[in-house]
Amino acid sequence: MKAAPFDYHAPRTLPEALELLALYGPDARVIAGGQSLVPMLALRLARPEVLVDLNRIPELAGIREQDGTIRIGATTRQAHALASPLVREKLPLLHFGLSNVGHPPTRARGTIGGSLSHADPAAETPAVMLGYQARLVLASVQGERTVDASDFTAGTFETCLDEGEILKEILVTIPSPEGAAFVELSRRKGDFAMASAAARLSLDENGNCRSAHLVIGAVAPVPLRCDAAAAALGGRPVTNETVEEALALIDMDQFEFDNPDISLAYRRHIGRVLARRALTQAFERAQGLRR
Amino acid sequence: MKQHHVELTVNGRAVALEVEPRQSLADALRSKLGLTGTHLGCEHGVCGACTIIVDGDPVRGCLMLAVQAEGAEVFTVEGVSPQQGLSPIQEAMREHHGLQCGFCTPGMVVVLHHLLSTNPNPTDAEIREAISGQLCRCTGYQGIMAAARAVVASHQFDRRS
Repeated sequence: MKAAPFDYHAPRTLPEALELLALYGPDARVIAGGQSLVPMLALRLARPEVLVDLNRIPELAGIREQDGTIRIGATTRQAHALASPLVREKLPLLHFGLSNVGHPPTRARGTIGGSLSHADPAAETPAVMLGYQARLVLASVQGERTVDASDFTAGTFETCLDEGEILKEILVTIPSPEGAAFVELSRRKGDFAMASAAARLSLDENGNCRSAHLVIGAVAPVPLRCDAAAAALGGRPVTNETVEEALALIDMDQFEFDNPDISLAYRRHIGRVLARRALTQAFERAQGLRR
Repeated sequence: MKQHHVELTVNGRAVALEVEPRQSLADALRSKLGLTGTHLGCEHGVCGACTIIVDGDPVRGCLMLAVQAEGAEVFTVEGVSPQQGLSPIQEAMREHHGLQCGFCTPGMVVVLHHLLSTNPNPTDAEIREAISGQLCRCTGYQGIMAAARAVVASHQFDRRS
């Protein structure tokens, strides 16, 4: 046994879980899929006194469509969302993002909300939800509040979650039909990305770009929305030239990570390459929808 | 620390365990049930040697706590192999040099068993995806790919699915 000892609770309802978190305060950690927390326990990077397991709370899992919004329960498994026809059809960026997450055995346990709450800068799900401008429902014994994805992810392994508060649900407004792509570069497939890019792109009746979204991940503590670059494509045909003009508007000063093995200069280089690939793939998929 | 009572089925057999919350499922399978076919390598979710099937999906046995397995249906490498002799996957791994030291082999056999049980005729890309979470430091993976292809070509899983 490698983890330090801890007590364990598996509540059956959300109110019960929130009561436990309020009771134990900073001594408690929430466990969902455990694909990040259990390694941290094994390495003793995390030493909670109490684990509150969310896996036995049915209302926290599942994907449903309601009034033009896809509602994703926080403990929905990544594998479940990846295989979901609703996600593939309505939220293709989430589908393509999830196919880059870990490996089949980690996706079988890992959850959407867990990945968001862990807030690893190299993780795909925070970049995807930023790309969708998703809203996140947070719950505690005090009640619920809804925050934007851009406010939820606060830094490396940091979120805006208060003590005793958990991510309950992710709300994504269903966009009009669009192409999407998520591309990343890692040393081996499934490893942590050195840089990633997420793109959404819809076309107007003339085949020009109606609207685009671009996010670059794994290069700074939080994923970066590249709104100026995406806006530059609006109303214009998507060609090599217009994509290059858009890429020139990516704010390279927002890139921060500079490691001995993966330099800032290299991340800026591949960030741009991946953004080009993501926009191009999203455009090709958007064209495919029109045929 | 308090011991928790957990009831689950392992390889088709109902079992009850008393476990500390911090004990991984893979550790409990080995130390409490003597199912030492499941190997623990890194014990933090990197190597894949401990991969088992839980409720129909391959999962990392070291990243699930035994206490979380209450009510679960678990299959280990012992459960996907005959009591005597070798399964078709194990036989193909031997025939095609899919192992040298053998440490990763239980995880490889389990993920290939799951793949072929759900998709008897996978493409090379699907086989690679299935074993992508499994580290082998001996073979360079080509022998494992050859073994998987040989089982596919033998159609031995076609009848089961």
